[in-house]
Amino acid sequence: MSPSRSPDHRRFEHDQVHHDDDSPLSIHDMTVAYHRKPVLWDIDYAAPQGKLVGIVGPNGAGKSTLIKACLDLVPRASGSVRIYGKSYKEQRRVVGYVPQRESVDWDFPASALDVVTMGRYGRIPWCIPPRKNDKEAALHALNQVGMGDYAFRQISKLSGGQQQRVFLARALVQDARVYFMDEPFAGVDAATEAAIVTLLRELRERGRTVLVVHHDLQTVPEYFDEVLLLNMRIVAAGPTSSVYTEENLQKTYGGRLTLLTEAAEAIARSG
Amino acid sequence: MMEWDVNIDGWIIAAGICSAMACALPGTFLVLRKMSLMGDAISHAVLPGLAIAFLITNSRGVLPMFIGAVIVGILTAVGTQVITRHGKVESGAAMGVVFSILFALGLVLIRQAADHVDLDPQCVLYGNLSQIPLDALDGGVPPAVVNVALALLLNIIFVCALYKELKICAFDPQLATTLGINANVMHYLLMVVVAVTTVASFEAVGSILVIAMLIVPAATARLLSDRMGTTLVLAVIVAGVSAVLGHLLAFRGPGWLGLDPSVAIETAAMIAVVTGVLFLITLVFAPRYGLVGKWYHRARLTLQIVREDMLGILYRWGEHRPGEDIFKEDLLSAVGRGTLARIALGSLQRRKAVESIGSDRVRLSATGRDAATKLVRDHRLWEGYMATHFDIPLDHLHEPAERIEHYLGDDLSEQLQKEMGDLGEDPHGRKIPE
Repeated sequence: MSPSRSPDHRRFEHDQVHHDDDSPLSIHDMTVAYHRKPVLWDIDYAAPQGKLVGIVGPNGAGKSTLIKACLDLVPRASGSVRIYGKSYKEQRRVVGYVPQRESVDWDFPASALDVVTMGRYGRIPWCIPPRKNDKEAALHALNQVGMGDYAFRQISKLSGGQQQRVFLARALVQDARVYFMDEPFAGVDAATEAAIVTLLRELRERGRTVLVVHHDLQTVPEYFDEVLLLNMRIVAAGPTSSVYTEENLQKTYGGRLTLLTEAAEAIARSG
Repeated sequence: MMEWDVNIDGWIIAAGICSAMACALPGTFLVLRKMSLMGDAISHAVLPGLAIAFLITNSRGVLPMFIGAVIVGILTAVGTQVITRHGKVESGAAMGVVFSILFALGLVLIRQAADHVDLDPQCVLYGNLSQIPLDALDGGVPPAVVNVALALLLNIIFVCALYKELKICAFDPQLATTLGINANVMHYLLMVVVAVTTVASFEAVGSILVIAMLIVPAATARLLSDRMGTTLVLAVIVAGVSAVLGHLLAFRGPGWLGLDPSVAIETAAMIAVVTGVLFLITLVFAPRYGLVGKWYHRARLTLQIVREDMLGILYRWGEHRPGEDIFKEDLLSAVGRGTLARIALGSLQRRKAVESIGSDRVRLSATGRDAATKLVRDHRLWEGYMATHFDIPLDHLHEPAERIEHYLGDDLSEQLQKEMGDLGEDPHGRKIPE
């Protein structure tokens, strides 16, 4: 049984690997499981070039897992992922990642500048320290997110919103073509939220594609061109205007899909 | 009293310094990654690796010991990960399972090995620092000192070369992995370095000192620094200082304490005690994160709050009875009397915010009036803000405003002014001062 989705969206034939080489992110028939319990089932998706894509779904829908599976951070049980037609390993340089803010220890002895400079580590060879131009790029990125004055501040002394901006600046210095952001709007102040939105639009203008895990349903139509409704499977994906409907949201968040969760539990128990 | 002998004490101190510093380097990363127990685990778990290496090669050569350490280091790290993932326990419990079993296995094996080679299980725990100089052949460098010096050199190279990789993997292993710096590989590498350091040091100083030196200098440095580079350097310095002081105290301590000076204190144990004391001193006196610093900061804040409360009271008094000055005693009892109230009033007078009128009355000076006006304005604007946006009964507005008025900095105060500036009156109908 194939998951229901919007009629206008790209469909994939099963049993035949089909990847769109022009797509910034193309996922084919991907399944991810933790301890045998499937958390993502049969994901087929191709992100359009140069768009802001919101990934939306209830808690436990597998939104973060989707991102991590694309970036090889969690193993895939099956299926494949292509970034502009190639595997992630070959495309590291064109991919930027913003993890959830809570995923790191903000008491770590480092300044905002230190953290942003880390975004450049991927392009510096092993055993070579960052150079002056790396620091300059980091400082420039901090200025872009309005954090230039805080460059030398210990990161634990920053507010939640400021910490999130440091993470975004770190993604900026990666100068990627595709960005994956895990809940960048979680727990930030209004000023930071506005700054992030501006930044996302700038990235789009420069032809970048950004996939954002988002939890505030109200702002989805305003922020995102394209939306991916997720609840273990893709409920619907496509342009926000046609896909972000009451009915699809009901399917994603409402009680109608409990069968799916129970099936996953059953598989986990039998293991 | 024992005589100080450069040939003997020099080598003991050299061995102590090298092993302490060698441990402090990888130890800092264990502490930063919140996996301090891993040092404990590995330093115990290397025992069976050594025993097996002895049993197989029948020697105490450097290479078999090195290989044994590497294998066990990886084994402990992998074992811990596997048990955490599949054993339904947190990593602390998983480490406990792995290292206690490996250590016990090591004790069993080492009894066997002891028959073949000269190896004392006691020495594994406590080391044998005082014996080190005796092993030197013809006045050369004692082999144990060579081992720890090599370990120190290796660790310095390791940390300097992979500084950037170690840093990013400690702070954000997920980002590191996506950038192509595999955090898992770095984790195993760090475990191997810890294991090798342990093996190089244990003969000289014993595993107890190794555990102390992996963790305590780093924990001490953490209280003193906000940057990773400084933390590393400070940890190494603390380790070195502990080694020197530790030996001096072990040597001279019994005499100073009035104990039998002919019975020497075990240097390794004394070094561990000294780092512990250094840590405690830092915990209490560190400028920013020390207990005294925090206590001082809190005391200043309390005093500031009482001062500001007094200013507020004086302002409101002036509103109710213009022209009439308040009795000093009334003002003091309004903020709860006591020493704190007197200190606060004295401090206000020194700042020329409050002036005495006659012997028993006080009033606000011009500067005091400015400060008080700002406080009361913030207080009433906040009440207005709360009443506008939230459903709060009128008689519950004063308390939160009373608390918040002390913490609104210039920024927030300005924002509040911008948002609520044209309010005119607070929810109780009192005028908001300009």
